[in-house]
Amino acid sequence: MDINVTLKVWRQNGPNDKGDFKEYQINKVSTDSSFLEMMDMLNNQLIENGEDPIAFDHDCREGICGMCSMYINGRPHGPGDGITTCQLHMRSFKDGDTIYIEPWRATAFPIIKDLMVDRTAFDKIMQAGGFVSVNTGSAQDANNIPVRKEDADEAFKAAACIGCGACVAACKNASAMLFTSAKVSQLALLPQGQTEATERALNMVAEMDAQGFGACTNTGACMAECPKEISLEHIARLNREYMAASLTSRD
Amino acid sequence: MALDSKIPKGSIDKKWSQYKSEIKLVNPANKRHINVIVVGTGLAGGAAAASLGEMGYNVKAFCFQDSPRRAHSIAAQGGINAAKNYQNDGDSVYRLFYDTIKGGDYRAREANVHRLAEVSRNIIDQCVAQGVPFAREYGGYLDNRSFGGVQVKRTFYAKGQTGQQLLLGAYSALSRQIAAKTVTMYNRHEMLDVVIVDGKARGIIARNLITGEIERHSAHAVVLATGGYGNVFFLSTNAMGSNVSAAWKAHRKGAYFANPCYTQIHPTCLPRSGDHQSKLTLMSESLRNDGRIWVPKKKEDAEAIQQGKKNANDIPEEDRDFYLERRYPAFGNLVPRDVASRAAKERCDAGYGVNQTGEAVYLDFGYAIKRMGKDAIEAKYGNLFQMYEKIADENPYELPMKIYPAVHYTMGGVWVDYDLMTTVPGLYCAGEANFSDHGANRLGASALMQGLADGYFVLPYTIGNYLADEIRTGTIPTDSPEFDKAEAEVKGTIDKLMNNNGTKPVDYFHKLLGSEMWEKCGMARNAEGLKSAIEEIQKIRKDFWANVKIPGSANAMNPELEKALRVADFLELGELMCRDALMREESCGGHFREEHQTEEGEALRHDDKFAFVGAWEFKGTDSEPTLHKEELVYENVEMKQRSYK
Repeated sequence: MDINVTLKVWRQNGPNDKGDFKEYQINKVSTDSSFLEMMDMLNNQLIENGEDPIAFDHDCREGICGMCSMYINGRPHGPGDGITTCQLHMRSFKDGDTIYIEPWRATAFPIIKDLMVDRTAFDKIMQAGGFVSVNTGSAQDANNIPVRKEDADEAFKAAACIGCGACVAACKNASAMLFTSAKVSQLALLPQGQTEATERALNMVAEMDAQGFGACTNTGACMAECPKEISLEHIARLNREYMAASLTSRD
Repeated sequence: MALDSKIPKGSIDKKWSQYKSEIKLVNPANKRHINVIVVGTGLAGGAAAASLGEMGYNVKAFCFQDSPRRAHSIAAQGGINAAKNYQNDGDSVYRLFYDTIKGGDYRAREANVHRLAEVSRNIIDQCVAQGVPFAREYGGYLDNRSFGGVQVKRTFYAKGQTGQQLLLGAYSALSRQIAAKTVTMYNRHEMLDVVIVDGKARGIIARNLITGEIERHSAHAVVLATGGYGNVFFLSTNAMGSNVSAAWKAHRKGAYFANPCYTQIHPTCLPRSGDHQSKLTLMSESLRNDGRIWVPKKKEDAEAIQQGKKNANDIPEEDRDFYLERRYPAFGNLVPRDVASRAAKERCDAGYGVNQTGEAVYLDFGYAIKRMGKDAIEAKYGNLFQMYEKIADENPYELPMKIYPAVHYTMGGVWVDYDLMTTVPGLYCAGEANFSDHGANRLGASALMQGLADGYFVLPYTIGNYLADEIRTGTIPTDSPEFDKAEAEVKGTIDKLMNNNGTKPVDYFHKLLGSEMWEKCGMARNAEGLKSAIEEIQKIRKDFWANVKIPGSANAMNPELEKALRVADFLELGELMCRDALMREESCGGHFREEHQTEEGEALRHDDKFAFVGAWEFKGTDSEPTLHKEELVYENVEMKQRSYK
């Protein structure tokens, strides 16, 4: 089936431009096409009319790379739970709908162009401690340390974070607690992460603040909008880790 | 130039350990003054950059994505092979080596593959130490599953997100080195040329994708880990940005390109649904452990399904043709990818396809659900089933999945020797971007293994052998005539595209190229089709340069310009792939020439004439390339016709 929709898209030519919504009409969109394929159609239409196409991030188009990042009708990654923008299909919309498309909005994610934002702040948080300090070649046999299946499964659930930033975009304070806690929690659950647990929790939280993310007030909007359904329990675990670290840190 | 693969002497199981102990070293004080550029931050590039940083080299890492964590390795689903024998089912380094050589249809280099099998065990150790949450059994030990083309369980996995977890492991190691300032990260940067000074790779020209600025970066060695070229087909399971440009630029500058026609068509992908489609989605091969593949036995049933008058559940058991189980009783649904793909195409071409386009077969979990219960299936494949339902809008617990083969991986790539060095001194190539380990067909769960083997355990050693002679070189200046010339060429190409005043967007040309490639250089090829494809591609290339339209400016973020630069290279690569497929008058692995098949329709190799790696030397955009042959010598495995019966 084909539908016609009206799009109101945020256009902003660089971080210092004021930006504004612009309206576009797009017709004969197959409901089997993905949201981003509809955007491709629109861009090719704009190019043929001599207009500037809309810049947006995307890559794998199967919900795992975390690159796509559209705020659609007031929700990060649009309607539907547990999906990224690239997994949203046009069958979620009706003929004649008007769709609002905005970028992630957060101080720590400056706009590059239109719907594309700079998320290197997330990389900085990881660089502050989101790792186990083991050099290549110095690992022992993988089966030397058994790990309880429940812990391994829970660590996996935390590690499923794709770093897209929907949690930040959904949060009224633009907090990065869900993102940060997912990594702290993953490594706190595994024996390999124990040695550096104290520094990790302290350093990653400090970097999160330094990057300009807001405070967490436990509204739960992040979990509700997370395409990988990362649980708020990880924030609770981070808080425990942080508390313990603050008490035991030797610095 | 004659090809020298530099395979060390000695018995196959001793080559690598012996070579490693004889290789030249760079002392820690000198490493600080040696610069290495790594392009690409997937499993191979991310692991190499992190490991080289740990060793003390000065590393610059580049990726076109907004973060190194997003490289397309992240999308690999099923798993990673390793000869750990944790399941006590008789696995060994030799068996992994043997399976890989056989799976590759005897077109891979023995010494490299054996090394790969040896270091596979270290990879699992390394990843677990990094905190990669592999699946575990209730006793707390690592779990394994089985993949196509083998008879043991040696595949380690993390649900259907193994690639993601391994990449995040490499990314965490890389992040640690970025913090330690041994690695400088350049994200949203695309390499547009390699710079060669006095015959050695000495740096790259890169474009900052945010500002459009053209930058010069010098180094004592350059590593390309830039992935495969499946997007030459327009539709593939690759990410939208996956491209051949870095490898192609290296090829234009003297690096031979080997076996470009070896393309893997993955059997379990979602079928196409229409012209709007921008990519194809893979469903992990692990599904073939429990799913049974079939089409109707009767043509009238298939036709009724195609017209929407019947569905799978209307076809009684006795009217279902489990064609893989029928043709290959020993391996059944777990035959290698090339065999499964061709068998699906054969049934669909004969008119038994099961969707409106007639290009789909069933992958049925009804039997497994009856046997193990829905919960067990959900625990194993839940996320894959969910993904299927989101795209296809059908519940795979109730109706069989519909699948069809799609372009997934490219075994061909930049030719490298045992050290992973290309024919350009100081220029290395790792991971999918090189040609080395999979021969004419890659087995499932071996891409992750090869990427990490190259990145963590091979390249960091072998590159030292070259860099040991560079300790007196000093910093490489970027104001040399060679850098001037390379930058001028890049700017010239960009100017030409920007000022073209054409009328058609880049996608238009990319789709034309893709359909030409899929029709004539896809799952089945023949001389006539390939000859006509070469002519057609030349026409499309001409049309592209005359009529492509790039909006916006070169001095700012411009995704259309990025696409155009990539498609320009695909338009040259596509022609080389067809030439290679035309030259190779045999069928092997992913390369199926219709003229060369057995009576039963299986691939027919001609070992007497084609047991070689075909490495092509660039001679100019519109000139014919020169073929160089690296003869393949099998001392440890006997070459046989593959049989999965």
